[in-house]
Amino acid sequence: MTFLLRRAVFYLVTLWAAITANFLLPRLLPGDPVQAMITKLGGRLNSDAMASLYILFGLDDNKSIWQQYVDYWGSLLQGDLGLSFTFFPTPVADVLSQSLPWTLGLVGVTTVIAFVLGTLLGVYAGWKRGSWMDNLIPMTTFLSSIPYFWLGLIAISLFSVTWPLFPASGGYAPGLVPEFSGEFIGSVLEHAVLPGITIVISSVAGWILGMRNMMVTVTAEDYVLVARAKGLTQKRIMFAYAARNAVLPSISGFALSLGFIVGGALLVEMVFSYPGLGYVLFQGIGAKDYPLMQGVFLVITLAVLVANLLADIGYLLLDPRTRREG
Amino acid sequence: MNTVPDFEAALEAKGLVKTYKRVRAVQDVSIVLRRGRVTALVGESGSGKSTVAKLLARLVEPTSGEILLDGEKVRRVREYRRKVQMVFQDPFASLNPVHTIRYHLTRPLKIHKRSETVEELLERVNLPADFAGRYPHELSGGQRQRVAIARALAAHPEVLLADEPVSMLDVSIRLGVLNLLLDLKERLKLAVLYITHDIASARYFADETFVMYGGQIVEGGDSETVTQRPAHPYTQLLIESAPDPERSVMALDAPPEEVTQVSTGCQFAPRCPKVQSRCWTEAPPRTDVDSYGHWAACWLYVEAAA
Amino acid sequence: MNFKTKLGLGILAFFTLIAVIGSWIAPYDPSAMSDDLLSPPSGSHWFGTTMTGQDIFSQVLVGTRGVMVVGLVCGVLATLLSILVGVTSGFLGGAADEALSMLANVFLVIPALPLIIIVASMLPSADTVLIAAVISLTAWAWGARVLRAQTMSLRRRDFVEAARASGESTWRIIVFEVLPNLMAVIASGFVGTVIFAVMLQITLSFVGVISLSTWNWGTILFWAQSNQALGLGAWWWFVPAGLCIALLGTALALINFGIDEYANPRLRKVRA
Repeated sequence: MTFLLRRAVFYLVTLWAAITANFLLPRLLPGDPVQAMITKLGGRLNSDAMASLYILFGLDDNKSIWQQYVDYWGSLLQGDLGLSFTFFPTPVADVLSQSLPWTLGLVGVTTVIAFVLGTLLGVYAGWKRGSWMDNLIPMTTFLSSIPYFWLGLIAISLFSVTWPLFPASGGYAPGLVPEFSGEFIGSVLEHAVLPGITIVISSVAGWILGMRNMMVTVTAEDYVLVARAKGLTQKRIMFAYAARNAVLPSISGFALSLGFIVGGALLVEMVFSYPGLGYVLFQGIGAKDYPLMQGVFLVITLAVLVANLLADIGYLLLDPRTRREG
Repeated sequence: MNTVPDFEAALEAKGLVKTYKRVRAVQDVSIVLRRGRVTALVGESGSGKSTVAKLLARLVEPTSGEILLDGEKVRRVREYRRKVQMVFQDPFASLNPVHTIRYHLTRPLKIHKRSETVEELLERVNLPADFAGRYPHELSGGQRQRVAIARALAAHPEVLLADEPVSMLDVSIRLGVLNLLLDLKERLKLAVLYITHDIASARYFADETFVMYGGQIVEGGDSETVTQRPAHPYTQLLIESAPDPERSVMALDAPPEEVTQVSTGCQFAPRCPKVQSRCWTEAPPRTDVDSYGHWAACWLYVEAAA
Repeated sequence: MNFKTKLGLGILAFFTLIAVIGSWIAPYDPSAMSDDLLSPPSGSHWFGTTMTGQDIFSQVLVGTRGVMVVGLVCGVLATLLSILVGVTSGFLGGAADEALSMLANVFLVIPALPLIIIVASMLPSADTVLIAAVISLTAWAWGARVLRAQTMSLRRRDFVEAARASGESTWRIIVFEVLPNLMAVIASGFVGTVIFAVMLQITLSFVGVISLSTWNWGTILFWAQSNQALGLGAWWWFVPAGLCIALLGTALALINFGIDEYANPRLRKVRA
């Protein structure tokens, strides 16, 4: 279990770093944007809300930085992320808890689809090196070089404007009430098609390329040669010998690039006005709503760390070496 | 061989110990290298002989023990390296692929402020001067090893540590490289440490031979005596197992990695055909086998002497 | 050098040229309005015009410089950082290595985009160089990780030991013995960083946290998006800039494949 323990320590350190960055940024950077906001909102803030903003953004210069840091943690642990200016007077925590499920659903499902699809295609492309499958490489390179959000724009332009097949924005049809009904779920799925395909297409290329290169490397190893010499079937060598070993770096790569992928997915949400964290962040940018933006950052970091932990467990199940270490 | 001339000691190691985590790679090794003499250190892989080389080159710090150069402790590493140089086992790995031969030879000349030219160094190891502009991958293994020797000579060392200098080379060119080392020893009055797993080559090449097992030196003496009349059971097995089609071999079956480390007694006890009960608990002291400076660390001779 | 690498270098050279001369050869002032409102591509406006009659072709030409400058500056800064951290931690090992590689991993795992958005929007003036510096701070970690692994494998090679044995100092061993052997990895890390930086800069412009006073491809997309170009059917407003991004990204990726294949012979194309 030392492997998981080490990883858990690392994730705690990362979380601490993210929270501390959140604490320090508004205090270190010049300008006092939150103060300006508070002035503008004037008397509409009650004293509790004022107090929490003071704690979160360090406007109270009378306190030492350490005291501010302790108060900051105190607020966070109570789930108090301040009030959102954009959705005034809703607390940031409430805004985030409404949008988080949408992001988890969309990004989670599409990332898993892209990983599985990309890995399978990569295994095949690496195995069939030198065949027509090599043409996949320039194509996937091109696709992976397209920014997520631009692909989203193209998708909207083609499939919502030119041929109106799918809705261009939102998470479900306006007028519907979120409930557990066939109509609502159908609408949710319909709205998820375009953003989902956009995320899959943009992120699948990386997995294909990474997996292909690992397959090419692994295929040249002696144990694959031995497997061939033993006369095992091609399919068995490909999956049980080559792919099984090639997939390990891919999984650790998956964990590390998750933060990047999530960033791209947030952009897709912005383009499609999808009711997830990305769109909330986008609205926050426009209004310079710092409590909201920082809240989004913290929640996303937490989600990425949890996903990393899941990837570690997957790695543990696939790699006997880490198992023995435990 | 009755009169051993009194060669001046150049490098002297006393009670060297090197411990890696819990493994004792080198235990209480004492060795003297003399000018104009080749000293062989023979052992199988895992015996700790390469660690001894690295300790003597000060690439690795000893856990305890001391190294004296011309009778003194040298504090400054660069000063030490001016006098003690090393040749590595694998000439394909010990030269940097991105640098030319000229670069490899110019650097030690600059570091140790020597006035020779690269061409003179190449000539000394019997390589043509136009090799200077080449890259390591353009040379054969034997040529590379000559370059590595030239690099070591650039500092004008007193001591040359050669860690299995020919084991990675083709059999056909080994003799050439060994003869080069012999010739250099004579001309430059070098003290040479020749580390090898091949006890037969020690007889041909070295004046003095030490045999190492499990991090300890188990036998020492002049090469002729040690190879012709081996005293320690391990040395006897080692010589018997040298390839000879006329003779059946008593196999050394267990590789040393699998042998459970004997903490207090003789390291060779688990594999020794002549093992006694005290071997397991008490480490045998160095005992003279005969009058020519031939000794062994084995209880068999303690009995005989007593 | 194979065709793919040449193609990549060719495209990169083309964009570099545009970055230098773009503002001179642009037919119009990219910010100047005209009466040709939202007109599709034509002889006088190759890429069409915006809602206020600005020439999109000129915007793309002029905007190339900002993209390339940020890419280059970030590439250089982040690569230097990654060499500093990666090679040091790989070569020294021990506690320094533990600390440095944990630092790199923390930077890798934290989602960079939302963090940079926050930093960029808090900065009072988010000009190009400042943004480049901020992006560099998040972009070095991947390169450092790869360099650390490579350095660790080099550190144990005999030629490093041999250099020590011949009396070389530690810094000379790192700079002259280890670094030259890392050139392929460094080059590929540099190219990768440039891709990352270009994408991030365009993204930041698109979401509107970078000052819109200077043109780059992302700014064009920002105006297209905020003026509902999609709903108006003005595809020419966002297609050219996006294609340029994709082309530049592809070119850099192709160059990187070339470097990878050079460094790892197993990936070279098998010839039938």
